Amino acid sequence: MAIKKLKKGYDLKLKGGITNEAITIAPRPTECAIIPDDFEGLIPRMEKKEGEHVQAGEALYHDKTHECIVVTSPISGTVKAIVRGERRKIEKIIIEADQANEYKTFNLNDTKSALLESGLWAMLRQRPYDVVPTPEATPRDIFVTCFDSAPLAPDLTLINADKAQYLQKGVDVLKTITGGNVYLGCREGQEIELNGAETVVFKGPHPAGNAGIQVANIKPVNKGEVVWTTDVVTLARIGELFSTGKVNYDTVVAITGQQVEQPCYVKTVMGAPLSTLLEGKLCDNGKTPRIISGNVLTGYHVMADEYLRAPYRHITVIPELQKEDEFMGWASLSPKKFSVYRNFTGWLLGMNRKEMNVDARMNGGERAIVMSGEYDRMLPMDIYAEFLIKAIIAFDIDKMEQLGIYEVAPEDFALCEFADTSKLELQRIVRDGLNRLRKEMS
Amino acid sequence: MDKLKPTFHEGGKLAKLQSVYDGFETFLFTPNTTAKSGSHIHDNNDMKRTMSTVIVALIPCLLFAMYNTGLQHYIAIGQAGTGWFTMFIYGLLAMLPVIVVSYVVGLGIEFISAQIHHKEIQEGFLVTGILIPLIVPINTPLWMTAVATAFAVIFAKEVFGGTGMNIFNVALITRAFLFFSYPAEMSGDNAFVKLDSAFGMGSGTVVDGFSGATPLGQVATNVGPNLDGLNLDTWQAFLGTIPGSPGETSMIAILLGAAILLITGIASWRVMTSVFAGGIVMGFVAHAFATPTYPASMLDPLAQLCYGGFAFAAVFMATDPVTGARTRIGQYIYGFLIGVIAILIRVYNGGYPEGAMLAVLLMNAFAPLIDHCVVSFNIKRRQNRLKTNQQ
Repeated sequence: MAIKKLKKGYDLKLKGGITNEAITIAPRPTECAIIPDDFEGLIPRMEKKEGEHVQAGEALYHDKTHECIVVTSPISGTVKAIVRGERRKIEKIIIEADQANEYKTFNLNDTKSALLESGLWAMLRQRPYDVVPTPEATPRDIFVTCFDSAPLAPDLTLINADKAQYLQKGVDVLKTITGGNVYLGCREGQEIELNGAETVVFKGPHPAGNAGIQVANIKPVNKGEVVWTTDVVTLARIGELFSTGKVNYDTVVAITGQQVEQPCYVKTVMGAPLSTLLEGKLCDNGKTPRIISGNVLTGYHVMADEYLRAPYRHITVIPELQKEDEFMGWASLSPKKFSVYRNFTGWLLGMNRKEMNVDARMNGGERAIVMSGEYDRMLPMDIYAEFLIKAIIAFDIDKMEQLGIYEVAPEDFALCEFADTSKLELQRIVRDGLNRLRKEMS
Repeated sequence: MDKLKPTFHEGGKLAKLQSVYDGFETFLFTPNTTAKSGSHIHDNNDMKRTMSTVIVALIPCLLFAMYNTGLQHYIAIGQAGTGWFTMFIYGLLAMLPVIVVSYVVGLGIEFISAQIHHKEIQEGFLVTGILIPLIVPINTPLWMTAVATAFAVIFAKEVFGGTGMNIFNVALITRAFLFFSYPAEMSGDNAFVKLDSAFGMGSGTVVDGFSGATPLGQVATNVGPNLDGLNLDTWQAFLGTIPGSPGETSMIAILLGAAILLITGIASWRVMTSVFAGGIVMGFVAHAFATPTYPASMLDPLAQLCYGGFAFAAVFMATDPVTGARTRIGQYIYGFLIGVIAILIRVYNGGYPEGAMLAVLLMNAFAPLIDHCVVSFNIKRRQNRLKTNQQ
């Protein structure tokens, strides 16, 4: 068991963390939705039409280029609506649940095709590009993150507790796919040791739980190589599939954030509507809530009538605005203002060690990059982040390759984006850069 | 504010002032704009806060500069016994026009440029505008300061794309422009002490035989085997009660500013400490080979750091993140070389008794090269990894 100590990064302490570890079971949702944008790299081609019946586990759509990659329905029922946006892009597919609750059973003879057919393949990611893996490339190694270090993130060991028996099977399956190793990146004190997998313990602040950071510190991706990344929850799902022949679409969601009255864990189904999950749970303090499916750094901004989005395990609700039209906020002496710099009074009073209130304000206008080393201190990788970002903006492919574009994903830059004095949209820049590069390279 | 808004937006009567309006609005009220993509929460630190932190760090220097300007004036007119408050008020009156000119000219150009490019006003000049009065000799005619500031803002900053894009430190370009365009006014014994009255205050005749030469100026013109004949007092230089550019004299005020910059984390301690390290190393080397041909080599290496603009440049000029090296290793190299070159010029170039300004400007030009080298090591490491993997 190897131990990696990471110094760079920052643990943001936010209000609204979960104190009660009991998992309550939400009533079975009447409908669920799959959002194709959650499966980066796939271009959906529908297999089901509106009104058609689907079983849980049956394909809703497949990818345009690799028809074997499918995204499946998490519940059995009928396809209620295929919502299209601009240029007929499919925005979401809503499935109305039926009473039967039938699960499709898969043929497990061929590992790869079982994974593909079950839709679990679409839940894996590959580096480079941080997209759903292409079926023809064999991954050099597979990296499984066993903890989530993001602010207010759920304890993956806890939400995965009743699935622990499937982990070994999951590793056995992944082992047959890669020629290399299966690595388990664990938090200290929550080590998972399985036959055939190598456990690496990560000490240090967020983003230590990010797949990209773990890959970079175990065995970085080089040009031309492909590695897969996934999390321990998906690993258990894979194990369950190969043990029972069915995919379990149940998921435990952490509902957190300062706008949540009683932060808690809730067991529901992937793609469940937020209204059922959040009903009666939000604070009624007059502030407009911002509902985030995911954590505050990388999650999706969703409306109350929308659905839970991948990776289906976290909801954070924060106020949109803490204060409106704050007078000269930049000159504020209030200790409640948090900064990773020490030019606010909060750190003098030790407020940085306490849980803080946050809102969605930008707290400043977009500027050119001025402060140096700002991204480096938030990114524990051997990468000159600022230079890479500049290369991406300029779309200089050679430079991007040289500076390590293949090793990064947008989420790795989330903390940099939080800390950025210049308020640049780093995750969007990286995502656009990766997508353009992928197009250019194919 | 909200009522006024439409007047300034496209189609409004005062649409030409939109950038100025936006600038004031964001200055007065934290914008309610919330995150659209990516991270939903953002650090409270923004460019305004960063720049104002630097200004706060400059306040000790500014206040002392005002006092010392008064002090030097009253010594020159033979009234050294005047109260410190009167001296401060005199200095305030003497420096205020320079500050006003620097801000009006610089910000004016920034406002116009922001409007032309339909951008928000950038905060960079807030710091530059206060640095200029601190590094330009007090006797510089205001029109010269105005011309130099305009030149620096336009040709050293705006043509490169504004704040964050400039290659050379704007405040130092202002000083360098003055230094090379009007050498007579910029050097000599009378550049650094204001002799006439400020707004009618502190009039008097200059004492016979008074010399306003800076310590380094005295050293540079020294003849003889040692410096004993000169009126050099390192303690005074540490306190700052010596002639010089307004902001640079007091080591104490500069160290206070340095403490603010380092504690808040706004300036790079790597750059700052390595400038001092470079200065000390070069000071010792020069001192080891002391010769009357180069009188400054006879100065004590540690005293070197207290004289002239060395410390001010180390704390406020070299640490400018935009014009300096941006990689961690690069920052050590960049800072160290600034220290070395500053003392090198000071000691071995008779024409310039002070080398800090030129050292910083020179290294500004080399900073991208240093970064390039550091980054290319990273690139090479990545390529080697690929090669060993393929074998």
